[in-house]
Amino acid sequence: MDISTQNAEAPPPTPQPSAAVLKSASRGATRPGDRIFLGLSRGSGIFLLAIMAAIAAFLTYRAALAISKDHGNFLTTFEWNTSLEPATFGIAVLAFGTVVSALIAMVLAVPVAVGIALFITHYAPRRLGGTIAYVIDLLAAVPSIVYGLWGALVLVPHMDGLFGWLDHYFGWTGIFEWQGGAPRSMLTVGILLAIMILPIITNVSREVFRQVPQMHEEAALALGATRWEVIRMSVLPFGRSGVISASMLGLGRALGETMAVATVLSPTFDINASLLDPGGGTFAQNIASKFSEATPLGQDALIASGLVLFVITLLVNGAARVIINRRKEYSGANA
Amino acid sequence: MTPTLARRHLDGGSWKELPKVKLQRKNRLRALSLGAVAVSGALALTACGSDDTGKSNGGGSSASASNNSAIKCDDAKGQLQASGSSAQKNAIDAWVAQFKAACSSVQINYNPTGSGAGITAFTQGQTAFAGSDSPLKPEEATAAKKACGGNAAIDLPMVGGPIAIGYNLDGVDNLTLDASTLAKIFDGKITTWNDKAIAKLNPDAKLPSTKIQAFHRSDESGTTDNFTKYLKAVAPSDWKYSGGKAWQAKGGQSAQGSSGLAQQVKQVPGAISYFELSYAADGINTVDLKTDAATPVKATVENATKAIATAKVAGTGNDLALSLNYKPTEEGAYPLTLVTYEIVCEKGNKADTLAATKSFLTYIASEDGQKLLTDAKYAPIPDEIITKVRSTISSLS
Amino acid sequence: MSTAPVSHRRASTLRGASLPKWSPWAIAVGSVAVAAGIGLGAGLDSKVQWGLIAAILFVLGTYAIAARVEGRRQAKDRVATSLVWVCFIVAVVPLASLIWETVKRGVKVFDVYFLTHSMGVVADTQPGGGIYHAIIGTLEQVAIATLIAVPIGVLTAIYLVEYGRGKLAKAVTFFVDVMTGIPSIVAGLFILSFWILILDMGYSGFAGSLALSILMMPVVVRSTEEMLKLVPNELREASLALGIPKWRTILKVVLPTSIGGITTGVMLAVARITGETAPVLLLVWGTSVINDNPFSDPQASLPLYIYQQYANSAGSGAAYDRAWAAALALIAFVMILNLAARGIARWKAPKTGR
Repeated sequence: MDISTQNAEAPPPTPQPSAAVLKSASRGATRPGDRIFLGLSRGSGIFLLAIMAAIAAFLTYRAALAISKDHGNFLTTFEWNTSLEPATFGIAVLAFGTVVSALIAMVLAVPVAVGIALFITHYAPRRLGGTIAYVIDLLAAVPSIVYGLWGALVLVPHMDGLFGWLDHYFGWTGIFEWQGGAPRSMLTVGILLAIMILPIITNVSREVFRQVPQMHEEAALALGATRWEVIRMSVLPFGRSGVISASMLGLGRALGETMAVATVLSPTFDINASLLDPGGGTFAQNIASKFSEATPLGQDALIASGLVLFVITLLVNGAARVIINRRKEYSGANA
Repeated sequence: MTPTLARRHLDGGSWKELPKVKLQRKNRLRALSLGAVAVSGALALTACGSDDTGKSNGGGSSASASNNSAIKCDDAKGQLQASGSSAQKNAIDAWVAQFKAACSSVQINYNPTGSGAGITAFTQGQTAFAGSDSPLKPEEATAAKKACGGNAAIDLPMVGGPIAIGYNLDGVDNLTLDASTLAKIFDGKITTWNDKAIAKLNPDAKLPSTKIQAFHRSDESGTTDNFTKYLKAVAPSDWKYSGGKAWQAKGGQSAQGSSGLAQQVKQVPGAISYFELSYAADGINTVDLKTDAATPVKATVENATKAIATAKVAGTGNDLALSLNYKPTEEGAYPLTLVTYEIVCEKGNKADTLAATKSFLTYIASEDGQKLLTDAKYAPIPDEIITKVRSTISSLS
Repeated sequence: MSTAPVSHRRASTLRGASLPKWSPWAIAVGSVAVAAGIGLGAGLDSKVQWGLIAAILFVLGTYAIAARVEGRRQAKDRVATSLVWVCFIVAVVPLASLIWETVKRGVKVFDVYFLTHSMGVVADTQPGGGIYHAIIGTLEQVAIATLIAVPIGVLTAIYLVEYGRGKLAKAVTFFVDVMTGIPSIVAGLFILSFWILILDMGYSGFAGSLALSILMMPVVVRSTEEMLKLVPNELREASLALGIPKWRTILKVVLPTSIGGITTGVMLAVARITGETAPVLLLVWGTSVINDNPFSDPQASLPLYIYQQYANSAGSGAAYDRAWAAALALIAFVMILNLAARGIARWKAPKTGR
């Protein structure tokens, strides 16, 4: 912020009609201060773009190296053997596991997170709300390796009961069938990921709910709306784009989570309809597990799988963008 | 919120009177003082820490403190970076503690990144030596030449160790299995503990009908490589997979790292898995292997040493890669073992770390160094081979 | 207001009938009692099932009673209130357990010696040693990464929200989205090949910071962007109408208004990178001795330390104890950081209605 002082003595601008001010300001480059500032911010954007382009080029190059040597089908092979001749590997199982675990996490975490955010901003007594908000902030900062430790040593031993119960009552669906192995399946990972991303989604949602113009809420209250109606009609529509964006942040972490998944999941190169039995792995977990012993080709193959994770994240984010843009008229957002 | 803020700006009257400039200065002052606090805090922090020299704990360091005379520091100094196999980490830890006590001018930093990553770092010229659970493959050897200025990189066997089969079965404290049964268990062909094949090998044990939960490594590892090599060598008809660092059989469950496997065996009734003997602590029972000898062999350091003694050198020249004997006929030889190599350049080691590398390797290959292994649940390398290792180290340049 | 107008209610007075304040407690006690009765009667032995039945009864009971006395809209409100409370309680259990376990297992070896000594030559399987080297490493790496990433991230977000029109803004938005999906190990690999293999630099804390800043930037951009968008246009217009240059409007009106949210976003980003293990392992590499200089030679870091103590422990209790204690230290570190950031945000932010 050094520039601010440089231009502090700038002469007062000549008065202009406000429409013209807005217009010229939106062009942004009429005054030296504006020009410098625009240059700086645009420069940052371009810098970011350059990094990304470099990473993308690097990834694509190494991924192409690997895929050209793949003896199986990169998309459909249920195997990951990169150190053998011929190397055979495919991402089907990883894509399945990544998507399933992230989905479970989102289904569990988003409603609860929105609930907690509402609790903090609209239900809890103010001081309690502040304390809870602080604690949740803190939890968002707990590193994933700690969640991994906790998951492996505390959560997993407590999952037997739930698994038995699900198998007993819902085993007939096929999704909740349990063969009685260690409870370290997709469902456990999904639950752990949900716990991990809960604070993130809560934090951002809370911040968004707090920004709801108070007049909207007061207007609704004045019309005799109950607290729930206020939330449903003024808070949620206003916060929707923020909540979606928060969920995307959470989903990003769930999709890319490495250490916690690696310590908790029992990955197998198989797809299993049941969420309770071992089956599938995730991209990030597979990269972390295989990387340290990988041959150069193995590393390239893992990078290729990282590229697929990229694409998946991109699709998800793209979908979120579309939703956010469509909802913009409700949100009061300016961009 | 909206009205309050807007009012603040509007109430100020003409824009000139807004106290912006003053605010700016104040904030800057504050930011400066904050920064000063942060910097001085960091400085204070850096001033008050110290390295643990190992004297506060009575552990292994006191055991052979008098042997430090075996360590010749010569003109070795500086930082020595090395990385690789996590299997030998505890052995290296023990050696480093001794070495550091004698040569305080050398800092040895062994990073247990895994054999593959260790070899990669070595090939990239980042480390002085690499630790690996399997000798260099031809393509790795070619790549490593770059780091050695065109000279060959060689494998020096330094640490041996038994791979134990741990299991968790209530009321069964002794269990004997042979390679073929193991292969069937880990391939999912035998699924319950009271299977005939197991009962036949253990006529006295009360085997429950519990399901077998076979755990393998989810990450790639030299332990998996050696375990499956053993199964393939001894029971080729029951283990059809080609081996390698990645687990290939279908089914079963998995966990990350040896510590993950050991933890699962502890937690899950009916579990069975494989890991280095040092992980079989805290009441994990280990399987006795039925070999060609008359009585089943326990997984102990002494028994593994006996098996490693029958290994042959397979490398050429100064390269001392071993070929392990998985079917020893000697009594009490435990055939399921793992040998970790230190990989260095035969010639063309980096000048600034050569002295330290040589000095450290000389120490760990020495009689005292090898003796330390048994305390850490590893097996020393047999005399005949370690003598060759010593002469090779002395010729490194 | 799209629901039925208020006048539909047939209340004779201005205030509708309402349940007494103690009614939720009464309904709660009642539903627990009924659930216990059902549980005993049906012979369900799992207390979790009892709890579930009680919860369902509570929600249904609240709705039914309130709908009768207060009307349907009030009933919905009460159900929503109880659901929000349930969310809170459901989430608190695992999170409280996480903190409780970390503290309980962490305090065993957590003392001054542990904080002021490095591992030095202490073997992973032996007791003793400490995390001093890891604390130094984490502090320096995270600070450098933050210094790199936050200005770039915030400026980019400002560009996107305040200036961004056209192709460049679209491209940046797109690539920021892509960047959020980078697995941390991939960022590490990229820096590894760029910094260590191409530029031929060695392992260092700074190399790690570069990778961490790549991971941090998109998070900062996304959250800052979201917060800037929430600043009402009226504020910008009011400021611009007074003839204040746009850049000053941004610095003096837009940023202060959203500073709380931006700080939260930055904290989240810092939190994310503080816990990263994979890129640190690749680039900073880890060491067991103290290295104060982030620009040369390997350093340690707390998450890496935790991971290594967990993975290379050979099952020894001493290593697990150290891992938990380091986790405790890491959480404490983040907590202090968080407190500081909140303080700054509170003191910088304009007074708001809430």
